[in-house]
Amino acid sequence: MAEVAYEPVIGLEIHVQLKTATKMFCGCALSFGEEPNTRTCPVCLGLPGTLPVVNEQAVRYGLEIGLALGCELAPRSIFHRKNYFYPDLPKGYQVSQYDIPLARDGRLGDVRIHRVHLEEDAAKLVHAGASGRIHSAEASDVDFNRGGTPLVEIVSEPDLRDAASAAEWLRLLRATLRRLGVSDVNMEEGSLRCDANVSLRPAGSEQLGVKTELKNMNSFRFIERGIDAEIARQEGILRGGGRIEQETLHYDVRSGAISSLRSKEEAHDYRYFPEPDLVPIVPTAEMVERARAAIPELPADRAARFAGELGLAEGQARLLAFRTEVGDFYEAALAAGAGAVEAPALANWTCNDLLAALGEGADPAGSKVTPAALAGLVGMVSAKEISNSAAREVLAKLVADGGDPAAIVAAAGLGRADEGELAAVVERAMADQADAVEKVRAGNAKAIGAIVGAVMRETKGRADGGEVQRLIRERL
Amino acid sequence: MIDRDQVLHVARLARLRLTDAEVEAMTGELSTILDHIEKIGELDLDDVVPTSHVVALENVLRRDEPRPSLPREVALDQAPDSDGVGFRVPSPGA
Amino acid sequence: MSAAADAFAAVFGPRSGDPSRAVEHTAAELVAAVGAGTLSPAEIWSEYATLAAGDELNAYLWRAAEDPGADAAAPLAGVPLAVKDLFCTEGVPSAAASRILEGYRPPYTATVVERLAAAGAPMLGKTNMDEFAMGSSNENSAFGAVANPWDRERVPGGSSGGSAAAVAGGIAPWAIGTDTGGSIRQPAALCGIVGLKPTYGTVSRYGMIAFASSLDQAGPLTRDVTDAALLLRHMVGGDACDSTSTGHPGEIELPTAERLDGVRFGVPPELTGDGVEPGVRAVFEAALARIEELGGSVTEVPLPHSGHAISAYYVLAPAEASANLARFDGVRYGRRAAADGDLLSLYEQTREEGFGPEVKRRIMLGTYALSSGYYDAYYGRAQRVRTKIAEDFAAAFDQVDLIVCPTSPTVAFKLGERTADPLAMYLSDVLTVPMSLAGIPAISIPGGLADGLPVGIQLAGPAFAENRILDAALALERAIDFRSQAAARG
Repeated sequence: MAEVAYEPVIGLEIHVQLKTATKMFCGCALSFGEEPNTRTCPVCLGLPGTLPVVNEQAVRYGLEIGLALGCELAPRSIFHRKNYFYPDLPKGYQVSQYDIPLARDGRLGDVRIHRVHLEEDAAKLVHAGASGRIHSAEASDVDFNRGGTPLVEIVSEPDLRDAASAAEWLRLLRATLRRLGVSDVNMEEGSLRCDANVSLRPAGSEQLGVKTELKNMNSFRFIERGIDAEIARQEGILRGGGRIEQETLHYDVRSGAISSLRSKEEAHDYRYFPEPDLVPIVPTAEMVERARAAIPELPADRAARFAGELGLAEGQARLLAFRTEVGDFYEAALAAGAGAVEAPALANWTCNDLLAALGEGADPAGSKVTPAALAGLVGMVSAKEISNSAAREVLAKLVADGGDPAAIVAAAGLGRADEGELAAVVERAMADQADAVEKVRAGNAKAIGAIVGAVMRETKGRADGGEVQRLIRERL
Repeated sequence: MIDRDQVLHVARLARLRLTDAEVEAMTGELSTILDHIEKIGELDLDDVVPTSHVVALENVLRRDEPRPSLPREVALDQAPDSDGVGFRVPSPGA
Repeated sequence: MSAAADAFAAVFGPRSGDPSRAVEHTAAELVAAVGAGTLSPAEIWSEYATLAAGDELNAYLWRAAEDPGADAAAPLAGVPLAVKDLFCTEGVPSAAASRILEGYRPPYTATVVERLAAAGAPMLGKTNMDEFAMGSSNENSAFGAVANPWDRERVPGGSSGGSAAAVAGGIAPWAIGTDTGGSIRQPAALCGIVGLKPTYGTVSRYGMIAFASSLDQAGPLTRDVTDAALLLRHMVGGDACDSTSTGHPGEIELPTAERLDGVRFGVPPELTGDGVEPGVRAVFEAALARIEELGGSVTEVPLPHSGHAISAYYVLAPAEASANLARFDGVRYGRRAAADGDLLSLYEQTREEGFGPEVKRRIMLGTYALSSGYYDAYYGRAQRVRTKIAEDFAAAFDQVDLIVCPTSPTVAFKLGERTADPLAMYLSDVLTVPMSLAGIPAISIPGGLADGLPVGIQLAGPAFAENRILDAALALERAIDFRSQAAARG
């Protein structure tokens, strides 16, 4: 009997901490690693009698995200209370949006967006070891600094079919949000958090299987591995004739094991109801226009433009578009080159040489290399004023000390050797390497390498390899 | 009507550890009250819009400008258990 | 005569004619006396501090130790204020009369208390109440019941029972309370004073410990209508800390009306029929006669859905309360049970020990009404009933200027009389809850006595019609002359 092939169905739920100055419902400044409980007030501590007031900027960012993801904005959206008890939830409910989110029905790339809504973040529980007061039990400390940070939750439709494309799509989403400037979108620091809903179905089936929710995987690598592990786990169960249980799961990044997060059986009943302390958000034409005007060219569009208009390779176009800061540097260099540099060559130098020289994740704008310097350097290469290897040397100097590439070339004598000088060197090398000359003449084409190498050594890389070969062949 | 098991379930949701006597009394009292309340079931309300607000306000928004937070000792002052840094609780799941 | 009985007599008995006795004056008279230089804020404070210290009604839970030295030139001239324990006051116990908040001292003060202090009404003390404002008799206080100064065997009403008893008992010049389903108006009625629930949103809720957020509204409890207007004037106003606050579109005027010519009063049969006891009905009918004598017209207007108001209210208010009271978990403030062991035990034990029976009952009711499978049948339907009730009032106000009905179907009942029957207690609110659901303003003024106990007359108007209500209430108050009726009681 042929084995059934299973098709994974994956949807993502992403929580994004917004880069506002203050919390969602109070005037406390957002916390970036301050001492615990130094960014709190009566409102975000949930003191009796306090009331929330919505942060205008959070709404603006929410609208920008909704528009950037091609969503329909709700003409009128409201907040609900989501009720459950947990020490990181000071009011005993989270203020969130429920049946009428800020935005819905959008699309990013190949994946449809189900909804985008605003809510408040929970506080942090820090394990504090055994407590003397609570007999021999383990104790935790609650730190409310993070409590009340504005969050946008983005829920995709289950349009993804494998772990790698889920991670790739999340990269596009992250690039989009970064480009909008609404969040730091840093997974390690928790400003971007991703849960995955995973189910399997027999290939060709239209019906969705029972899904599980894989919680809080804090890097792209773990998302990919976690989803793969969950797909394998579900497939194992289904092939063994078992049934998938709808549950929330934790992926242990060290062991690769997947375990259930809710050990105790208590059906979740959040008792959502409209938050009576807040009034509806009704985006006015002005609010929407302002949000729309704040949206820059987004990564997906930029990548398409780089590939289409500038003729860049797709991988480079995506890299430059998804890493906004690199793309911005690239475009600044292109402008500085003012037609003297070719876009694909500049892209090569930016994506390969410059990023390698700066190190992983570096922002070129923060380096000593100016866009004009890079453009100048690439222009000199294109004009054959310097060789590739000399250009790399110049780049290393630019990275280390900054400066003007032409000046560096002049000072170090890295300019391309002129034809007369080169011819003399070639002739000297051919005389020195008589053996090699013989071998080439006898038909061993590879032997020319020894002669070229000698010329390059002599000219310290200032000669172009092709040019040298041509001169040698002329003399053979 | 509400039965004993429902009372226990709701008490768990509300984090109330009722005594047996309270469960007993609550079952009877809530049933009486709910019987009265259920008269609203007689009304035809199909086309009626629910009211959750009587105020006609919308877009009440606050400028994104920081205000001073409480000093930590003030924030922690009323805590039943604190180490001076955070609010102490038994670890969830411990 | 004990000092307390003497103070009560000073409020409702014949005047002694001694202008230096602060307790004989209404708050507005005290403001005038300070302005005229016949009394100083310090003298008023000192007399009332002594009276409050002699509280025999259990009306106060806390009293200010020191004269805050109010400014005689301030609009309220230093006339001190009793504040319901539901309001948070910085550094001062604010427990909502609950065990779970016993000893809690907030780091901030409620907006309305701050406003009144700034206007020259410093806080004299915190008053007793039903725990978390849940109750109609003040018997649900964790710190003991309050006695009605008219008959100490009887309840003062609730939940603002301490505020009402303090004003009626002459141990506070005036007070603020909160009204969710009648918690200002009903105790005012049972204690023979004036209580006004403003339009929802006109007074900031910031710093008022929430019971049912979509219904809670602070208001004045005072000896007469003028005092109510004067106090309310300094309570209203938008607040950037309360997203649902609207402020009042115009200033609250001091009322001046002597006649009711051309004012159309509507009597809803649903709120004046069955269940209203005969003594209350007689006083109410006498009030209708006064209205007509003053030139007002009285017609019947239906409020067809008001019979369902209690049902809707006892779904919506407990539902909101169940969430509002979830924050009392023993983590950040207030009581924590000495539960050893896990987090669940800590929560359950803290809440079990900290909340009284009525609060638990409402948390249970509200949790149930919101729980999976029941939301539509209870909460969803109740919200729709609320819509119908608001529509009923809107239709009525197309025909009349004000609704008039009794405030409470009965006079003050005996302590303990209804504690065994929660539903009977809930039905005490039958005449006040409809206005709360509609968010409209309503006042209760003393209409007369039945069996020697006060009966309240309720006037309700459209949203923001506080000035209209106060004017009509003043004219009616003058015609009724409750003080003479009370004094004649002997």
